[in-house]
Amino acid sequence: MSSLVRNIIRYVLFILLQVFILNEVPPLHQFIVPYIYFLFIIWLPFNINRLFLMVLAFVFGLTLDAFTGTPGLHAAPCVLIAFIRPVLLGLLIPQETTEQSYAEPSVKSMGLAPYSLYVVILTFVHHFYLVLIEWLQFGNFIYFLGKVAGTTAVSLLLIALAEMLFPRKRRYKTNAA
Amino acid sequence: MKNIFFFIRRYFGFLSFLLLQIAAIILLSNASKTHEAFFSAALNEATGDLNHRYSNLHSYFSLKETNRQLAEENARLRNMLAANFQAPDSSRKAVTDTTLRDTLGHYRKYTYLPARVIGNTVTLQTNFITLERGTLQGVKKGMAVIGPDGIVGVVVEASNNISRVMSLLHRNSKVSAMLKKDNYAGSIEWDGVNPYYLQLKNVSKSAKVNKGDTVLTSNYSANFPSHLMIGTVAAISADPSSNFYLIKVKTATNFFNLQYVNVIANARYAEQTALENTPSKNP
Repeated sequence: MSSLVRNIIRYVLFILLQVFILNEVPPLHQFIVPYIYFLFIIWLPFNINRLFLMVLAFVFGLTLDAFTGTPGLHAAPCVLIAFIRPVLLGLLIPQETTEQSYAEPSVKSMGLAPYSLYVVILTFVHHFYLVLIEWLQFGNFIYFLGKVAGTTAVSLLLIALAEMLFPRKRRYKTNAA
Repeated sequence: MKNIFFFIRRYFGFLSFLLLQIAAIILLSNASKTHEAFFSAALNEATGDLNHRYSNLHSYFSLKETNRQLAEENARLRNMLAANFQAPDSSRKAVTDTTLRDTLGHYRKYTYLPARVIGNTVTLQTNFITLERGTLQGVKKGMAVIGPDGIVGVVVEASNNISRVMSLLHRNSKVSAMLKKDNYAGSIEWDGVNPYYLQLKNVSKSAKVNKGDTVLTSNYSANFPSHLMIGTVAAISADPSSNFYLIKVKTATNFFNLQYVNVIANARYAEQTALENTPSKNP
């Protein structure tokens, strides 16, 4: 399966998962909203063009917005993490040739600690910005702090589960390619 | 000139980032205006189609509950049949004709249009419900929506076959309400905390409120008929800084298992809102 096909399938699956399963979960608490759709952006290949990455993130966010009825609410944080992503990867990837042998960010390709840091930072930034926009529209400060913390924790849990369920190990790029 | 191109080339990534951010924020800040453009017919039909398929699957799980609600509603409506009441005076009119206007001058103000729910969220701060009934079937923007147990929301946009309803569980939702006991009016809003509870605001402290009192829609609403069930009072707190109570209302509608709702068309809606929105001539 080529990287393009795999990512198209992921695009559709993450949107469907978010809209029809996670958004339907009965709310345990107002601070706890499970978000995992942005894992699509985290998992995109290393060698993707920076501008294309941002446009893709924008369209991806808008697709989710089409279902939730909030034009721009998810698109803005998606573009932000897409902008930060290359910078962060540049800082975190060991300066060896690992980038050549693996296609996309994973525990295997980056090492556990750098990859976790990468995911935690992007998740936090995403939720911080998302809740900030919500907070500017309505809400109070406690809501803001609580929701950023709660949502980030739940998302990280879900991402950890996803990583364990779907270990992406065999992503060697062959030398012929 | 060369420097400008150099600048643009150097900060190309950042500039395109800013551009996309601004696009997103503009979309969001004009949400009410862009809503119609954004959910233009094509997109609405597309998400509506997906929602419809999902809802087909989902509806099997709540068949029992839907059945119970419909049976209960039937029983309630049967009890309201004119035949159940003995009219003391023969001049009393017991049956309302279905024509728009009869010879006695009675006119039909509200029409109920049943619609199937094919999309619904409760966990977000801005929750919408999608209905499989659109402008071709008589749904218009601004119409009220009620479920079997109580009111549900207001139609905010409608395409040909699909319409989108702002649920009561939306941070910008506002419905005029009153206490059943002494008709004190207030407004029903949602604070985004718990999808089982709404907030009744602006009820004067001179009202006699008790826990368990019924809250109904008021006469002051252009889209909702009066005396429709909203919920029951769950907790009362007096706001010390104002002259109003802040009342927590348990919703009558269970937003988690909505299957069928009724859209209410008010024949005089356009006339009333047009008049209300005209600025008063007198200073």
